[in-house]
Amino acid sequence: MSGHPTYQPQSAFMRWMERRLPIGGLIYSSFVVYPTPRNLNYWWTFGGILAFMLGVQIVTGVVLAMHYTPQVDFAFDSVERIMRDVNYGWLLRYLHATGASMFFLAAYIHMFRGMYYGSYKDPREVLWILGVILLLLMIITGFMGYVLPWGQMSFWAATVITNLFSAIPLVGEPIVTWLWGGYAVGNPTLNRFYSLHYLLPFVIVGVVVLHIWALHVAGQNNPTGVEPKSEEDTVAFTPYATIKDSFLLAVFCILFAWFVFYIPNFLLAPDNYIPANPAVTPTHIVPEWYYLPFYAILRAIPNKLFGVMALGASILILAFLPWLDTSKVRSARYRPLYRQFFWVFVIVCVGLGWLGGKPPEGNYVLIARIFTVYYFAFFLVILPVLGKVERTKPLPNSISESVLREGKPIGAQAPPPAGAKV
Amino acid sequence: MTTMSSAEPTRRDFLYIATASVAAFGAAATLVPLIAQMNPDASTIAAGAPIEVDLTPIADGQVIKVFWRGKPIYVNHRTKKQIEEAQNVDVAKLPDPQPDSARVKPGHDQWQVLIGICTHLGCIPIAHQGPYDGYFCPCHGSVYDTSGRIRQGPAPLNLALPPYEFLSDTKIRIG
Ligand code: HEM
Ligand code: FES
Repeated sequence: MSGHPTYQPQSAFMRWMERRLPIGGLIYSSFVVYPTPRNLNYWWTFGGILAFMLGVQIVTGVVLAMHYTPQVDFAFDSVERIMRDVNYGWLLRYLHATGASMFFLAAYIHMFRGMYYGSYKDPREVLWILGVILLLLMIITGFMGYVLPWGQMSFWAATVITNLFSAIPLVGEPIVTWLWGGYAVGNPTLNRFYSLHYLLPFVIVGVVVLHIWALHVAGQNNPTGVEPKSEEDTVAFTPYATIKDSFLLAVFCILFAWFVFYIPNFLLAPDNYIPANPAVTPTHIVPEWYYLPFYAILRAIPNKLFGVMALGASILILAFLPWLDTSKVRSARYRPLYRQFFWVFVIVCVGLGWLGGKPPEGNYVLIARIFTVYYFAFFLVILPVLGKVERTKPLPNSISESVLREGKPIGAQAPPPAGAKV
Repeated sequence: MTTMSSAEPTRRDFLYIATASVAAFGAAATLVPLIAQMNPDASTIAAGAPIEVDLTPIADGQVIKVFWRGKPIYVNHRTKKQIEEAQNVDVAKLPDPQPDSARVKPGHDQWQVLIGICTHLGCIPIAHQGPYDGYFCPCHGSVYDTSGRIRQGPAPLNLALPPYEFLSDTKIRIG
């Protein structure tokens, strides 16, 4: 990043270090002087929130693991012991269980942000795909974590989800037996899920590093979708982005804390406080809320194989988004039609989430089918066609022009951003 | 690779390819134990030994559930009416066509033994429920008849039958 002061180590130790492992300089250039578009709004703070939540899950998870027993006869009791006997165990478990929900909430907002502002377009395709991989890893990790308390929902979620693979012709059944390590979900299944539930968050950390690397190569998108052209268009990461991120993180933590301290079981299924019973399926099984839209798509299709394929496709299709959207204009601000289809898409996703929690009968199935059609049509029909026919609004020449024209010359009077001028 | 001019493959090229092949083969061979360890282990397979079930205590119209290989097995003592309903079906119209006679042992029409695992995604259907008085799966609403054949819902296949045989008229061995 030319034009920005390079890192000048202050202490003798950091000068010594910088010639051996220039980590100080890396942090300085990535998180202090790193130029961010001056017009970023609060929707851009969810990346930082996600990083924070990943940290929360790892810290609470590692300490839960000190008290948890991955054995079918003891798993449920060990979680109850965490709740009742372990010092602050209730807090750690509620933080971890609710934390998973908050993590997904932030991820979904982060993704809708990307879709609204066209952040997946050239040159950010790889950045976007790494994000889809992160979502997949989160889904798998969250699912395996949910199995660990070995309650009724844990057991039957494990059964139903692993059985998705039985839809594969010919090799389906052997794959399911292989996943279970037995002829039904049992102790070997619990053991391996625990092993992977411990491992995958660290794989997520690795992919997050790649995600941020790709971000820092392409640079951040911004609400106009117009790339920064001059120094006028950017401000330094610290203090501007740091403060904005911190503020929303604090607000987000209030919501998080409200769940943890006031309604900790709101997001947990009561059935999961019943120990796993391989002989009885609970009458109404539903996954965690963050899987419901995908679950609704699975159930909307009355054929096993096609249902499972639609479920997989609903996630994988996101990876192709950069090529399905044919419009050259990034931001929905300048795409009057796309903006409407986008909000319908958001409503459809939330609606599918609601339907996923309803019994699969009558009108619920009908609406779920209509929504499923829209979900796929949005990617496969609307986006490719819209790029060709939509009349977009004129783009501003630059970020600073758009900011100034909107009558809010914030940057103009503010003291020059630290480090932005040579 | 770096020898730019010679179009002819050299002995060095051969060595590179041979070395890489051995390494690739070795890597593939390592995968075998890594993947195989996840399949059922010897004790799990041994625990799948056959079980015997005494049929005398099961009353007419009663269904009991036993476990074999960690799977629930339904033993259904069907009533005359249920047997008739199972037999008087236009087999060709079923999603997974199978006559009732293919799902019970000859001469033991009243005993229906099946694996109580929904062929959709593995939940346990509830006996004596649903419009056909057979089995109903609460998870996604699959309906089976008194022969355990799929009639409605997302499940693709009839309830599976375990391997079993009659040791006497009142005793079966499953497995
Ligand atoms: C990507 C980050 C993670 C997610 C999304 C996640 C999600 C979950 C979920 C949903 C549960 C079930 C909570 C419940 O209903 O009780 C769970 C349980 C558990 N997780 Fe995680 N987890 C993550 C990271 C970790 C890490 C890094 C560890 C350990 C090193 C860990 C250890 C555990 C343990 C021991 C349990 C069982 C105790 C309990 O049920 O509270 N988790 N996890
Ligand atoms: S598992 Fe029985 S209907 Fe889905």
